[in-house]
Amino acid sequence: MRLDQRLIAGMIRPRTRVLDVGSGDGALLDYLFRNSGCDARGIEIDMKEVTRSVAHGLPVMHGDADHDLAHYPDNAFDYVVLQRTLQAVERPREVLRQMLRIGRYAIVSFPNFGHWRLRLQLLTRGRMPMTSVWSRPWYDTPNIHPCTILDFLTLCRDEGYGVQQWMAVDEDGERAPWRRSIRLANLFGEQALFLLRRKDGPRP
Amino acid sequence: MDNAIPATSLSHQSVTFAEGLPLDCGFHLAPVDVAYRTYGRLSPARDNAIVVCHALTGDQYVADPHPLTGKPGWWSRMVGPGLPIDTDRFFVICSNVLGGCMGTTGPRSPRTLPDGTQEPWGTDFPPITIRDMVRAQKLLVEHLGITRLLAVVGGSMGGMQVLEWAATYPECVFAALPIATSPFHSAQNIAFNEVSRQAIFADPQWHGGRYWECGEIPARGLAVARMMAHITYLSEAALTRKFGRRVRHEPGKSGAGAPGSLFGEMFEVESYLRHQGSTFVRRFDANSYLTITRAMDYFDLGAEHDGDMSHPFAGTRTRFCIVSFSSDWLFPTSQSRLLARALNRVAANVSFVEIESDKGHDAFLLDEPDFDRTIRGFLCGAAEHAGIA
Repeated sequence: MRLDQRLIAGMIRPRTRVLDVGSGDGALLDYLFRNSGCDARGIEIDMKEVTRSVAHGLPVMHGDADHDLAHYPDNAFDYVVLQRTLQAVERPREVLRQMLRIGRYAIVSFPNFGHWRLRLQLLTRGRMPMTSVWSRPWYDTPNIHPCTILDFLTLCRDEGYGVQQWMAVDEDGERAPWRRSIRLANLFGEQALFLLRRKDGPRP
Repeated sequence: MDNAIPATSLSHQSVTFAEGLPLDCGFHLAPVDVAYRTYGRLSPARDNAIVVCHALTGDQYVADPHPLTGKPGWWSRMVGPGLPIDTDRFFVICSNVLGGCMGTTGPRSPRTLPDGTQEPWGTDFPPITIRDMVRAQKLLVEHLGITRLLAVVGGSMGGMQVLEWAATYPECVFAALPIATSPFHSAQNIAFNEVSRQAIFADPQWHGGRYWECGEIPARGLAVARMMAHITYLSEAALTRKFGRRVRHEPGKSGAGAPGSLFGEMFEVESYLRHQGSTFVRRFDANSYLTITRAMDYFDLGAEHDGDMSHPFAGTRTRFCIVSFSSDWLFPTSQSRLLARALNRVAANVSFVEIESDKGHDAFLLDEPDFDRTIRGFLCGAAEHAGIA
Protein backbone atom coordinates (compact mmCIF):
# COMPACT_ATOMS: atom_id res chain seq x y z
CA MET A 1 0.00 0.00 0.00
CA ARG A 2 1.26 3.48 -0.85
CA LEU A 3 2.28 5.70 2.03
CA ASP A 4 -0.48 8.22 1.35
CA GLN A 5 -2.94 5.34 1.55
CA ARG A 6 -1.55 4.58 5.00
CA LEU A 7 -2.20 8.19 5.95
CA ILE A 8 -5.78 7.84 4.65
CA ALA A 9 -6.22 4.60 6.58
CA GLY A 10 -5.03 6.45 9.66
CA MET A 11 -7.92 8.92 9.30
CA ILE A 12 -10.54 6.16 9.26
CA ARG A 13 -11.93 4.84 12.52
CA PRO A 14 -12.13 1.05 12.91
CA ARG A 15 -15.35 -0.84 12.15
CA THR A 16 -16.87 1.94 10.04
CA ARG A 17 -18.49 1.86 6.60
CA VAL A 18 -16.17 3.08 3.87
CA LEU A 19 -16.65 3.67 0.13
CA ASP A 20 -13.38 4.01 -1.78
CA VAL A 21 -14.09 5.79 -5.08
CA GLY A 22 -11.35 4.84 -7.51
CA SER A 23 -10.22 1.86 -5.47
CA GLY A 24 -7.58 0.77 -8.01
CA ASP A 25 -6.01 -2.53 -7.07
CA GLY A 26 -8.03 -2.60 -3.85
CA ALA A 27 -5.03 -2.25 -1.50
CA LEU A 28 -6.78 0.24 0.78
CA LEU A 29 -9.98 -1.85 0.87
CA ASP A 30 -8.04 -4.95 1.80
CA TYR A 31 -6.16 -3.07 4.51
CA LEU A 32 -9.31 -1.53 5.99
CA PHE A 33 -11.09 -4.90 6.08
CA ARG A 34 -8.20 -6.86 7.56
CA ASN A 35 -6.69 -4.31 9.95
CA SER A 36 -9.61 -2.06 10.89
CA GLY A 37 -12.59 -4.40 10.57
CA CYS A 38 -14.26 -1.91 8.24
CA ASP A 39 -17.10 -2.65 5.84
CA ALA A 40 -15.05 -1.30 2.94
CA ARG A 41 -16.29 -1.26 -0.65
CA GLY A 42 -14.92 0.15 -3.85
CA ILE A 43 -15.91 1.77 -7.12
CA GLU A 44 -13.37 1.55 -9.93
CA ILE A 45 -13.48 2.71 -13.55
CA ASP A 46 -10.81 0.35 -14.90
CA MET A 47 -12.46 -3.03 -15.53
CA LYS A 48 -9.17 -4.92 -15.22
CA GLU A 49 -8.70 -3.55 -11.71
CA VAL A 50 -12.33 -4.36 -10.86
CA THR A 51 -11.89 -7.96 -11.97
CA ARG A 52 -8.63 -8.24 -10.07
CA SER A 53 -10.18 -6.84 -6.90
CA VAL A 54 -13.26 -9.08 -7.03
CA ALA A 55 -11.02 -12.05 -7.76
CA HIS A 56 -9.33 -11.20 -4.46
CA GLY A 57 -12.68 -11.31 -2.71
CA LEU A 58 -13.05 -7.54 -2.41
CA PRO A 59 -16.43 -5.90 -3.00
CA VAL A 60 -15.77 -3.60 -5.95
CA MET A 61 -18.17 -2.45 -8.63
CA HIS A 62 -17.45 -1.00 -12.02
CA GLY A 63 -18.39 2.64 -12.11
CA ASP A 64 -17.06 6.16 -11.70
CA ALA A 65 -17.29 9.15 -9.40
CA ASP A 66 -19.29 11.29 -11.83
CA HIS A 67 -22.07 8.83 -12.57
CA ASP A 68 -22.42 6.30 -9.78
CA LEU A 69 -22.41 8.19 -6.47
CA ALA A 70 -25.83 9.67 -7.15
CA HIS A 71 -27.47 6.24 -6.76
CA TYR A 72 -26.51 5.73 -3.13
CA PRO A 73 -28.82 6.83 -0.33
CA ASP A 74 -27.94 9.62 2.13
CA ASN A 75 -25.60 8.61 4.94
CA ALA A 76 -24.88 5.18 3.47
CA PHE A 77 -21.25 5.42 4.61
CA ASP A 78 -19.15 6.90 7.37
CA TYR A 79 -16.30 7.78 5.00
CA VAL A 80 -16.17 8.27 1.24
CA VAL A 81 -12.62 8.28 -0.10
CA LEU A 82 -11.46 9.80 -3.40
CA GLN A 83 -7.76 9.18 -4.04
CA ARG A 84 -5.83 11.23 -6.60
CA THR A 85 -8.92 11.46 -8.79
CA LEU A 86 -10.63 14.79 -8.08
CA GLN A 87 -8.64 16.55 -10.83
CA ALA A 88 -9.82 13.98 -13.40
CA VAL A 89 -13.58 13.96 -12.79
CA GLU A 90 -16.04 15.86 -14.98
CA ARG A 91 -17.67 17.85 -12.18
CA PRO A 92 -15.47 18.05 -9.08
CA ARG A 93 -17.85 20.22 -7.08
CA GLU A 94 -20.78 17.88 -7.70
CA VAL A 95 -18.64 14.83 -6.85
CA LEU A 96 -17.71 16.45 -3.50
CA ARG A 97 -21.36 17.21 -2.82
CA GLN A 98 -22.31 13.60 -3.53
CA MET A 99 -19.47 12.30 -1.34
CA LEU A 100 -20.65 14.40 1.60
CA ARG A 101 -24.27 13.44 0.97
CA ILE A 102 -23.73 9.69 1.06
CA GLY A 103 -20.92 9.85 3.63
CA ARG A 104 -20.49 11.66 6.94
CA TYR A 105 -16.87 12.38 6.08
CA ALA A 106 -15.03 12.76 2.79
CA ILE A 107 -11.35 11.98 2.42
CA VAL A 108 -9.90 13.59 -0.70
CA SER A 109 -6.39 13.50 -2.07
CA PHE A 110 -5.25 15.33 -5.20
CA PRO A 111 -2.02 16.52 -6.82
CA ASN A 112 -1.29 20.14 -5.96
CA PHE A 113 -1.00 22.37 -9.04
CA GLY A 114 0.49 25.13 -6.85
CA HIS A 115 3.79 23.27 -6.34
CA TRP A 116 6.81 25.52 -6.94
CA ARG A 117 8.20 23.38 -9.76
CA LEU A 118 5.00 23.85 -11.78
CA ARG A 119 4.93 27.57 -11.10
CA LEU A 120 8.58 27.92 -12.08
CA GLN A 121 8.18 25.97 -15.31
CA LEU A 122 5.21 28.04 -16.40
CA LEU A 123 7.04 31.24 -15.49
CA THR A 124 10.35 30.43 -17.14
CA ARG A 125 9.25 28.39 -20.16
CA GLY A 126 5.80 29.81 -20.74
CA ARG A 127 4.44 26.36 -21.48
CA MET A 128 2.22 23.89 -19.61
CA PRO A 129 4.36 22.32 -16.89
CA MET A 130 5.39 18.67 -17.04
CA THR A 131 6.59 16.91 -13.89
CA SER A 132 6.58 13.37 -12.54
CA VAL A 133 3.15 14.09 -11.00
CA TRP A 134 1.77 15.96 -14.04
CA SER A 135 3.41 13.71 -16.58
CA ARG A 136 1.11 13.85 -19.60
CA PRO A 137 0.99 16.66 -22.22
CA TRP A 138 -2.00 19.04 -22.07
CA TYR A 139 -3.75 17.43 -25.06
CA ASP A 140 -3.51 13.95 -23.61
CA THR A 141 -4.02 14.40 -19.88
CA PRO A 142 -7.01 12.97 -18.04
CA ASN A 143 -6.48 15.71 -15.45
CA ILE A 144 -9.01 18.22 -16.74
CA HIS A 145 -9.61 20.04 -13.44
CA PRO A 146 -6.25 20.76 -11.82
CA CYS A 147 -6.33 22.92 -8.71
CA THR A 148 -4.03 24.19 -5.98
CA ILE A 149 -4.39 23.60 -2.26
CA LEU A 150 -5.62 27.20 -1.88
CA ASP A 151 -8.18 26.70 -4.65
CA PHE A 152 -9.48 23.62 -2.89
CA LEU A 153 -9.72 25.39 0.45
CA THR A 154 -11.71 28.17 -1.19
CA LEU A 155 -14.13 25.65 -2.66
CA CYS A 156 -14.54 24.01 0.75
CA ARG A 157 -15.29 27.38 2.31
CA ASP A 158 -17.80 28.26 -0.44
CA GLU A 159 -19.54 24.91 -0.05
CA GLY A 160 -19.42 25.10 3.72
CA TYR A 161 -17.37 21.99 4.32
CA GLY A 162 -15.45 21.75 7.54
CA VAL A 163 -11.77 20.79 7.20
CA GLN A 164 -11.20 18.30 10.00
CA GLN A 165 -7.65 17.52 9.02
CA TRP A 166 -5.30 18.31 6.15
CA MET A 167 -1.75 17.46 5.18
CA ALA A 168 0.63 17.95 2.30
CA VAL A 169 2.34 14.87 1.02
CA ASP A 170 5.19 14.40 -1.41
CA GLU A 171 4.84 12.19 -4.48
CA ASP A 172 6.00 9.05 -2.69
CA GLY A 173 3.34 9.68 -0.07
CA GLU A 174 5.76 10.79 2.67
CA ARG A 175 4.10 13.36 4.84
CA ALA A 176 5.63 16.76 4.12
CA PRO A 177 6.58 18.96 7.06
CA TRP A 178 4.59 22.08 6.09
CA ARG A 179 1.65 21.40 8.35
CA ARG A 180 1.52 24.80 9.98
CA SER A 181 1.40 26.99 6.90
CA ILE A 182 -1.07 26.45 4.11
CA ARG A 183 0.94 28.82 1.90
CA LEU A 184 4.13 26.81 2.34
CA ALA A 185 2.21 23.59 1.79
CA ASN A 186 0.77 25.06 -1.39
CA LEU A 187 4.30 25.82 -2.57
CA PHE A 188 6.10 22.66 -1.48
CA GLY A 189 3.43 19.95 -1.25
CA GLU A 190 3.10 17.66 -4.27
CA GLN A 191 -0.08 15.96 -3.06
CA ALA A 192 -2.74 17.22 -0.69
CA LEU A 193 -4.90 15.16 1.62
CA PHE A 194 -8.08 16.46 3.26
CA LEU A 195 -10.57 15.06 5.73
CA LEU A 196 -13.81 17.00 5.28
CA ARG A 197 -17.14 16.97 7.04
CA ARG A 198 -20.51 18.33 6.10
CA LYS A 199 -21.60 21.88 6.99
CA ASP A 200 -24.21 20.59 9.41
CA GLY A 201 -21.58 18.37 11.01
CA PRO A 202 -21.62 14.63 11.36
CA ARG A 203 -24.96 13.27 12.36
CA PRO A 204 -25.16 11.07 15.42
CA MET B 1 -35.87 -33.99 -38.09
CA ASP B 2 -35.31 -36.45 -35.32
CA ASN B 3 -38.50 -37.89 -33.90
CA ALA B 4 -37.04 -39.82 -31.02
CA ILE B 5 -39.37 -39.84 -28.02
CA PRO B 6 -37.64 -38.41 -24.96
CA ALA B 7 -37.17 -40.95 -22.23
CA THR B 8 -39.77 -40.28 -19.56
CA SER B 9 -39.00 -43.19 -17.32
CA LEU B 10 -35.53 -42.14 -16.23
CA SER B 11 -35.07 -42.26 -12.49
CA HIS B 12 -33.63 -39.18 -10.84
CA GLN B 13 -32.56 -38.57 -7.27
CA SER B 14 -35.54 -36.71 -5.87
CA VAL B 15 -37.64 -35.88 -2.83
CA THR B 16 -41.44 -35.67 -2.68
CA PHE B 17 -43.17 -32.93 -0.70
CA ALA B 18 -46.67 -34.28 -0.16
CA GLU B 19 -47.96 -30.99 1.25
CA GLY B 20 -46.92 -29.32 -2.00
CA LEU B 21 -46.52 -25.64 -2.65
CA PRO B 22 -48.77 -22.57 -2.92
CA LEU B 23 -48.04 -20.91 -6.26
CA ASP B 24 -48.08 -17.21 -7.13
CA CYS B 25 -51.10 -17.85 -9.39
CA GLY B 26 -53.14 -18.94 -6.37
CA PHE B 27 -53.12 -22.65 -7.18
CA HIS B 28 -51.85 -25.08 -4.57
CA LEU B 29 -49.69 -27.64 -6.35
CA ALA B 30 -49.40 -30.95 -4.48
CA PRO B 31 -47.56 -33.19 -4.31
CA VAL B 32 -44.31 -31.64 -5.55
CA ASP B 33 -41.29 -33.71 -6.52
CA VAL B 34 -37.92 -31.97 -6.59
CA ALA B 35 -35.15 -33.80 -8.45
CA TYR B 36 -31.66 -32.75 -7.47
CA ARG B 37 -27.97 -33.57 -7.38
CA THR B 38 -25.46 -32.69 -4.69
CA TYR B 39 -21.67 -32.48 -4.87
CA GLY B 40 -19.11 -32.27 -2.09
CA ARG B 41 -19.87 -32.68 1.59
CA LEU B 42 -22.02 -30.65 3.92
CA SER B 43 -19.89 -29.37 6.82
CA PRO B 44 -20.89 -30.38 10.38
CA ALA B 45 -21.97 -26.76 10.97
CA ARG B 46 -24.04 -26.95 7.74
CA ASP B 47 -22.64 -23.61 6.66
CA ASN B 48 -20.90 -24.40 3.37
CA ALA B 49 -23.87 -25.00 1.07
CA ILE B 50 -24.12 -23.34 -2.34
CA VAL B 51 -27.23 -23.60 -4.49
CA VAL B 52 -26.57 -23.53 -8.23
CA CYS B 53 -29.59 -22.50 -10.32
CA HIS B 54 -29.82 -23.72 -13.89
CA ALA B 55 -30.91 -21.80 -16.97
CA LEU B 56 -33.94 -22.35 -19.23
CA THR B 57 -32.89 -25.65 -20.75
CA GLY B 58 -30.46 -26.77 -18.06
CA ASP B 59 -31.04 -29.34 -15.36
CA GLN B 60 -29.67 -30.66 -12.09
CA TYR B 61 -26.81 -32.50 -13.80
CA VAL B 62 -24.46 -29.60 -13.28
CA ALA B 63 -21.25 -31.57 -12.84
CA ASP B 64 -21.92 -35.20 -13.74
CA PRO B 65 -22.78 -36.80 -17.05
CA HIS B 66 -26.24 -36.16 -18.41
CA PRO B 67 -28.27 -39.39 -18.19
CA LEU B 68 -29.85 -38.89 -21.62
CA THR B 69 -27.06 -37.45 -23.71
CA GLY B 70 -24.06 -38.85 -21.84
CA LYS B 71 -22.40 -35.43 -22.17
CA PRO B 72 -20.52 -33.86 -19.24
CA GLY B 73 -22.58 -31.75 -16.85
CA TRP B 74 -23.48 -28.29 -18.16
CA TRP B 75 -21.14 -26.52 -15.70
CA SER B 76 -18.61 -29.28 -15.12
CA ARG B 77 -15.84 -26.81 -15.92
CA MET B 78 -16.97 -24.61 -13.03
CA VAL B 79 -18.21 -27.03 -10.35
CA GLY B 80 -15.92 -29.74 -9.02
CA PRO B 81 -12.90 -30.49 -6.85
CA GLY B 82 -10.44 -27.60 -7.08
CA LEU B 83 -12.63 -25.72 -9.57
CA PRO B 84 -13.96 -22.18 -8.95
CA ILE B 85 -17.04 -23.58 -7.21
CA ASP B 86 -14.83 -25.96 -5.27
CA THR B 87 -16.59 -29.12 -4.10
CA ASP B 88 -13.61 -29.87 -1.85
CA ARG B 89 -14.75 -26.88 0.21
CA PHE B 90 -18.40 -26.36 -0.60
CA PHE B 91 -21.52 -28.50 -0.64
CA VAL B 92 -23.20 -27.80 -3.97
CA ILE B 93 -26.91 -28.39 -4.54
CA CYS B 94 -28.56 -28.16 -7.95
CA SER B 95 -32.19 -29.04 -8.52
CA ASN B 96 -34.31 -29.27 -11.63
CA VAL B 97 -36.65 -26.25 -11.72
CA LEU B 98 -40.35 -26.49 -11.05
CA GLY B 99 -42.00 -26.95 -14.45
CA GLY B 100 -38.96 -28.80 -15.75
CA CYS B 101 -38.78 -32.23 -17.32
CA MET B 102 -35.90 -33.93 -15.52
CA GLY B 103 -37.72 -35.28 -12.48
CA THR B 104 -39.11 -32.17 -10.78
CA THR B 105 -42.88 -31.74 -11.04
CA GLY B 106 -43.76 -30.20 -14.38
CA PRO B 107 -46.14 -30.49 -17.31
CA ARG B 108 -45.02 -34.05 -18.01
CA SER B 109 -45.74 -35.18 -14.43
CA PRO B 110 -48.90 -37.20 -13.86
CA ARG B 111 -51.92 -35.72 -12.18
CA THR B 112 -54.99 -37.52 -10.90
CA LEU B 113 -58.24 -36.58 -12.59
CA PRO B 114 -61.59 -36.48 -10.71
CA ASP B 115 -62.44 -39.93 -12.03
CA GLY B 116 -59.29 -41.34 -10.47
CA THR B 117 -57.37 -41.84 -13.71
CA GLN B 118 -53.94 -40.34 -14.26
CA GLU B 119 -52.60 -38.33 -17.16
CA PRO B 120 -49.81 -35.80 -17.66
CA TRP B 121 -50.55 -32.18 -16.74
CA GLY B 122 -49.64 -30.96 -20.21
CA THR B 123 -50.83 -27.44 -20.90
CA ASP B 124 -53.09 -27.61 -17.83
CA PHE B 125 -49.99 -27.31 -15.65
CA PRO B 126 -50.48 -24.11 -13.63
CA PRO B 127 -48.51 -21.06 -14.74
CA ILE B 128 -45.48 -20.76 -12.52
CA THR B 129 -43.09 -17.95 -11.71
CA ILE B 130 -39.38 -17.75 -10.98
CA ARG B 131 -40.35 -17.24 -7.33
CA ASP B 132 -42.33 -20.51 -7.40
CA MET B 133 -39.18 -22.25 -8.65
CA VAL B 134 -37.25 -20.74 -5.76
CA ARG B 135 -39.93 -21.80 -3.25
CA ALA B 136 -39.52 -25.38 -4.43
CA GLN B 137 -35.73 -25.08 -4.01
CA LYS B 138 -36.28 -23.70 -0.50
CA LEU B 139 -38.27 -26.83 0.39
CA LEU B 140 -35.35 -28.94 -0.77
CA VAL B 141 -32.79 -26.87 1.13
CA GLU B 142 -34.85 -27.19 4.33
CA HIS B 143 -35.24 -30.90 3.69
CA LEU B 144 -31.44 -31.15 3.59
CA GLY B 145 -31.31 -29.49 7.02
CA ILE B 146 -29.75 -26.22 5.86
CA THR B 147 -30.96 -22.90 7.25
CA ARG B 148 -28.47 -20.53 5.63
CA LEU B 149 -26.84 -20.85 2.22
CA LEU B 150 -23.33 -19.55 1.81
CA ALA B 151 -24.22 -18.60 -1.75
CA VAL B 152 -26.75 -18.90 -4.52
CA VAL B 153 -25.23 -18.87 -8.01
CA GLY B 154 -26.76 -18.95 -11.47
CA GLY B 155 -26.63 -17.56 -14.99
CA SER B 156 -29.40 -16.32 -17.28
CA MET B 157 -32.70 -17.68 -15.91
CA GLY B 158 -30.56 -19.13 -13.12
CA GLY B 159 -29.57 -15.55 -12.30
CA MET B 160 -33.25 -14.60 -12.04
CA GLN B 161 -33.63 -17.36 -9.46
CA VAL B 162 -30.60 -16.02 -7.59
CA LEU B 163 -32.28 -12.60 -7.40
CA GLU B 164 -35.57 -14.13 -6.22
CA TRP B 165 -33.70 -16.10 -3.56
CA ALA B 166 -32.09 -12.91 -2.26
CA ALA B 167 -35.37 -10.99 -2.41
CA THR B 168 -37.63 -13.68 -0.92
CA TYR B 169 -35.33 -15.30 1.64
CA PRO B 170 -32.73 -12.60 2.42
CA GLU B 171 -31.80 -14.12 5.77
CA CYS B 172 -30.99 -17.45 4.08
CA VAL B 173 -28.64 -16.05 1.44
CA PHE B 174 -25.22 -14.88 2.61
CA ALA B 175 -23.96 -14.21 -0.91
CA ALA B 176 -25.68 -13.98 -4.29
CA LEU B 177 -24.04 -14.34 -7.70
CA PRO B 178 -26.42 -13.36 -10.50
CA ILE B 179 -24.65 -13.89 -13.83
CA ALA B 180 -25.63 -12.70 -17.32
CA THR B 181 -29.11 -11.85 -16.14
CA SER B 182 -31.51 -8.96 -15.64
CA PRO B 183 -33.85 -7.63 -12.94
CA PHE B 184 -36.72 -8.04 -15.40
CA HIS B 185 -37.30 -9.86 -18.68
CA SER B 186 -37.05 -7.30 -21.46
CA ALA B 187 -39.59 -6.80 -24.24
CA GLN B 188 -37.02 -8.09 -26.73
CA ASN B 189 -36.53 -11.30 -24.75
CA ILE B 190 -40.28 -11.82 -24.35
CA ALA B 191 -40.50 -11.41 -28.13
CA PHE B 192 -37.88 -14.10 -28.72
CA ASN B 193 -39.68 -16.43 -26.34
CA GLU B 194 -42.94 -15.80 -28.17
CA VAL B 195 -41.38 -16.81 -31.51
CA SER B 196 -40.12 -19.99 -29.85
CA ARG B 197 -43.57 -20.78 -28.53
CA GLN B 198 -45.28 -20.06 -31.83
CA ALA B 199 -42.90 -22.49 -33.53
CA ILE B 200 -44.10 -25.20 -31.13
CA PHE B 201 -47.79 -24.29 -31.53
CA ALA B 202 -47.41 -24.43 -35.32
CA ASP B 203 -46.17 -28.01 -35.30
CA PRO B 204 -49.07 -30.34 -36.27
CA GLN B 205 -47.64 -32.90 -33.89
CA TRP B 206 -48.20 -30.56 -30.94
CA HIS B 207 -51.88 -31.63 -30.88
CA GLY B 208 -52.95 -28.75 -28.67
CA GLY B 209 -50.38 -29.81 -26.09
CA ARG B 210 -51.76 -33.38 -25.74
CA TYR B 211 -49.09 -34.92 -27.95
CA TRP B 212 -48.52 -37.83 -25.57
CA GLU B 213 -51.94 -39.23 -26.55
CA CYS B 214 -50.66 -39.87 -30.08
CA GLY B 215 -47.24 -41.03 -28.95
CA GLU B 216 -45.70 -38.10 -30.77
CA ILE B 217 -43.73 -35.01 -29.86
CA PRO B 218 -43.71 -31.66 -31.65
CA ALA B 219 -40.09 -32.26 -32.53
CA ARG B 220 -39.95 -29.90 -35.48
CA GLY B 221 -41.51 -26.98 -33.62
CA LEU B 222 -39.36 -27.51 -30.56
CA ALA B 223 -36.24 -27.81 -32.71
CA VAL B 224 -37.02 -24.54 -34.52
CA ALA B 225 -37.62 -22.90 -31.15
CA ARG B 226 -34.23 -24.10 -30.00
CA MET B 227 -32.48 -23.03 -33.21
CA MET B 228 -33.88 -19.52 -32.98
CA ALA B 229 -33.07 -19.24 -29.28
CA HIS B 230 -29.58 -20.59 -29.82
CA ILE B 231 -28.74 -17.67 -32.11
CA THR B 232 -29.57 -15.29 -29.27
CA TYR B 233 -27.10 -17.11 -27.01
CA LEU B 234 -24.19 -16.39 -29.36
CA SER B 235 -22.79 -13.26 -30.92
CA GLU B 236 -22.00 -12.22 -34.46
CA ALA B 237 -18.29 -12.43 -33.67
CA ALA B 238 -18.66 -15.94 -32.24
CA LEU B 239 -20.68 -17.16 -35.23
CA THR B 240 -18.18 -15.64 -37.64
CA ARG B 241 -15.25 -17.16 -35.81
CA LYS B 242 -16.88 -20.60 -35.62
CA PHE B 243 -18.49 -20.84 -39.05
CA GLY B 244 -17.89 -17.80 -41.21
CA ARG B 245 -19.50 -18.34 -44.60
CA ARG B 246 -18.15 -21.84 -44.96
CA VAL B 247 -20.32 -24.26 -46.90
CA ARG B 248 -20.64 -27.91 -46.13
CA HIS B 249 -20.82 -30.29 -49.11
CA GLU B 250 -22.59 -33.56 -48.66
CA PRO B 251 -21.76 -35.79 -51.61
CA GLY B 252 -24.22 -38.41 -52.79
CA LYS B 253 -27.31 -36.52 -51.69
CA SER B 254 -30.24 -36.33 -54.04
CA GLY B 255 -33.54 -34.49 -54.17
CA ALA B 256 -33.82 -31.13 -52.45
CA GLY B 257 -30.30 -31.44 -51.15
CA ALA B 258 -28.72 -32.27 -54.48
CA PRO B 259 -26.05 -29.98 -55.91
CA GLY B 260 -27.50 -27.37 -58.19
CA SER B 261 -30.80 -27.15 -56.32
CA LEU B 262 -31.80 -24.18 -54.21
CA PHE B 263 -30.68 -25.81 -51.00
CA GLY B 264 -28.09 -28.10 -52.50
CA GLU B 265 -25.43 -26.73 -50.25
CA MET B 266 -25.65 -26.06 -46.60
CA PHE B 267 -23.81 -23.34 -44.73
CA GLU B 268 -21.99 -24.72 -41.74
CA VAL B 269 -23.94 -22.44 -39.44
CA GLU B 270 -27.19 -24.00 -40.74
CA SER B 271 -25.90 -27.47 -40.13
CA TYR B 272 -24.81 -26.50 -36.62
CA LEU B 273 -28.22 -25.05 -35.75
CA ARG B 274 -30.04 -28.12 -37.11
CA HIS B 275 -27.83 -30.31 -34.96
CA GLN B 276 -28.59 -28.14 -31.93
CA GLY B 277 -32.30 -28.42 -32.65
CA SER B 278 -32.40 -32.17 -33.20
CA THR B 279 -30.35 -33.06 -30.12
CA PHE B 280 -32.45 -30.75 -27.97
CA VAL B 281 -35.78 -32.46 -28.72
CA ARG B 282 -34.38 -35.73 -27.42
CA ARG B 283 -33.92 -34.32 -23.96
CA PHE B 284 -36.54 -31.62 -23.53
CA ASP B 285 -40.31 -31.55 -23.24
CA ALA B 286 -42.21 -29.01 -25.33
CA ASN B 287 -44.76 -28.18 -22.63
CA SER B 288 -41.94 -27.62 -20.14
CA TYR B 289 -40.38 -25.23 -22.65
CA LEU B 290 -43.66 -23.30 -22.83
CA THR B 291 -44.11 -23.24 -19.04
CA ILE B 292 -40.56 -22.14 -18.25
CA THR B 293 -40.29 -19.48 -20.97
CA ARG B 294 -43.55 -18.02 -19.64
CA ALA B 295 -42.11 -17.92 -16.11
CA MET B 296 -39.16 -15.95 -17.45
CA ASP B 297 -41.47 -13.53 -19.23
CA TYR B 298 -43.31 -12.79 -15.97
CA PHE B 299 -40.07 -12.05 -14.13
CA ASP B 300 -39.87 -8.44 -12.96
CA LEU B 301 -38.39 -7.58 -9.58
CA GLY B 302 -40.08 -4.19 -9.56
CA ALA B 303 -43.54 -5.41 -10.62
CA GLU B 304 -45.01 -5.40 -7.11
CA HIS B 305 -43.28 -2.15 -6.15
CA ASP B 306 -44.29 0.38 -8.83
CA GLY B 307 -41.25 -0.55 -10.87
CA ASP B 308 -38.79 0.08 -8.03
CA MET B 309 -36.34 -2.80 -8.36
CA SER B 310 -34.46 -1.83 -5.23
CA HIS B 311 -37.49 -2.24 -2.95
CA PRO B 312 -37.28 -6.05 -2.64
CA PHE B 313 -33.71 -5.64 -1.36
CA ALA B 314 -34.28 -2.92 1.27
CA GLY B 315 -32.15 -3.65 4.30
CA THR B 316 -30.48 -6.65 2.69
CA ARG B 317 -27.26 -7.94 4.23
CA THR B 318 -26.53 -10.28 1.33
CA ARG B 319 -23.24 -9.76 -0.54
CA PHE B 320 -23.93 -9.50 -4.27
CA CYS B 321 -21.62 -10.10 -7.20
CA ILE B 322 -23.16 -9.19 -10.54
CA VAL B 323 -21.37 -10.46 -13.64
CA SER B 324 -22.15 -9.57 -17.25
CA PHE B 325 -20.37 -10.24 -20.54
CA SER B 326 -19.47 -7.53 -23.02
CA SER B 327 -20.89 -9.31 -26.09
CA ASP B 328 -24.09 -10.59 -24.44
CA TRP B 329 -26.94 -8.91 -26.30
CA LEU B 330 -29.68 -11.09 -24.78
CA PHE B 331 -28.90 -9.96 -21.21
CA PRO B 332 -26.69 -6.94 -21.93
CA THR B 333 -24.43 -5.22 -19.41
CA SER B 334 -26.82 -2.26 -19.33
CA GLN B 335 -29.42 -4.46 -17.60
CA SER B 336 -26.86 -5.69 -15.07
CA ARG B 337 -25.94 -2.06 -14.42
CA LEU B 338 -29.61 -1.26 -13.71
CA LEU B 339 -29.54 -4.06 -11.17
CA ALA B 340 -26.29 -2.81 -9.63
CA ARG B 341 -27.71 0.69 -9.27
CA ALA B 342 -30.94 -0.63 -7.78
CA LEU B 343 -28.82 -2.40 -5.16
CA ASN B 344 -26.76 0.79 -4.63
CA ARG B 345 -29.98 2.61 -3.78
CA VAL B 346 -30.39 0.39 -0.73
CA ALA B 347 -26.64 0.57 0.03
CA ALA B 348 -26.26 -3.16 -0.53
CA ASN B 349 -22.82 -4.74 -0.70
CA VAL B 350 -22.36 -5.08 -4.47
CA SER B 351 -19.54 -6.16 -6.71
CA PHE B 352 -20.16 -5.66 -10.42
CA VAL B 353 -17.90 -6.96 -13.16
CA GLU B 354 -18.30 -6.98 -16.93
CA ILE B 355 -16.16 -9.73 -18.44
CA GLU B 356 -14.62 -8.95 -21.81
CA SER B 357 -15.70 -11.75 -24.17
CA ASP B 358 -16.88 -12.16 -27.75
CA LYS B 359 -18.83 -15.34 -27.00
CA GLY B 360 -22.20 -13.72 -26.32
CA HIS B 361 -24.68 -14.85 -23.67
CA ASP B 362 -23.29 -18.40 -23.62
CA ALA B 363 -19.95 -17.06 -22.33
CA PHE B 364 -20.96 -17.96 -18.78
CA LEU B 365 -20.87 -21.64 -19.78
CA LEU B 366 -17.59 -21.40 -21.66
CA ASP B 367 -13.89 -20.96 -20.97
CA GLU B 368 -13.37 -17.40 -19.72
CA PRO B 369 -10.42 -17.24 -17.31
CA ASP B 370 -11.35 -13.80 -15.91
CA PHE B 371 -14.83 -15.11 -15.19
CA ASP B 372 -13.46 -18.16 -13.38
CA ARG B 373 -11.20 -15.95 -11.27
CA THR B 374 -14.12 -13.68 -10.42
CA ILE B 375 -16.34 -16.55 -9.27
CA ARG B 376 -13.58 -18.19 -7.27
CA GLY B 377 -12.46 -14.95 -5.65
CA PHE B 378 -15.95 -13.78 -4.78
CA LEU B 379 -16.86 -17.13 -3.20
CA CYS B 380 -13.58 -17.27 -1.25
CA GLY B 381 -14.19 -13.73 -0.03
CA ALA B 382 -17.77 -14.62 0.93
CA ALA B 383 -16.56 -17.71 2.81
CA GLU B 384 -14.02 -15.58 4.67
CA HIS B 385 -16.64 -12.99 5.63
CA ALA B 386 -19.02 -15.77 6.66
CA GLY B 387 -16.33 -17.09 8.98
CA ILE B 388 -15.85 -20.38 7.15
CA ALA B 389 -12.24 -21.45 7.29
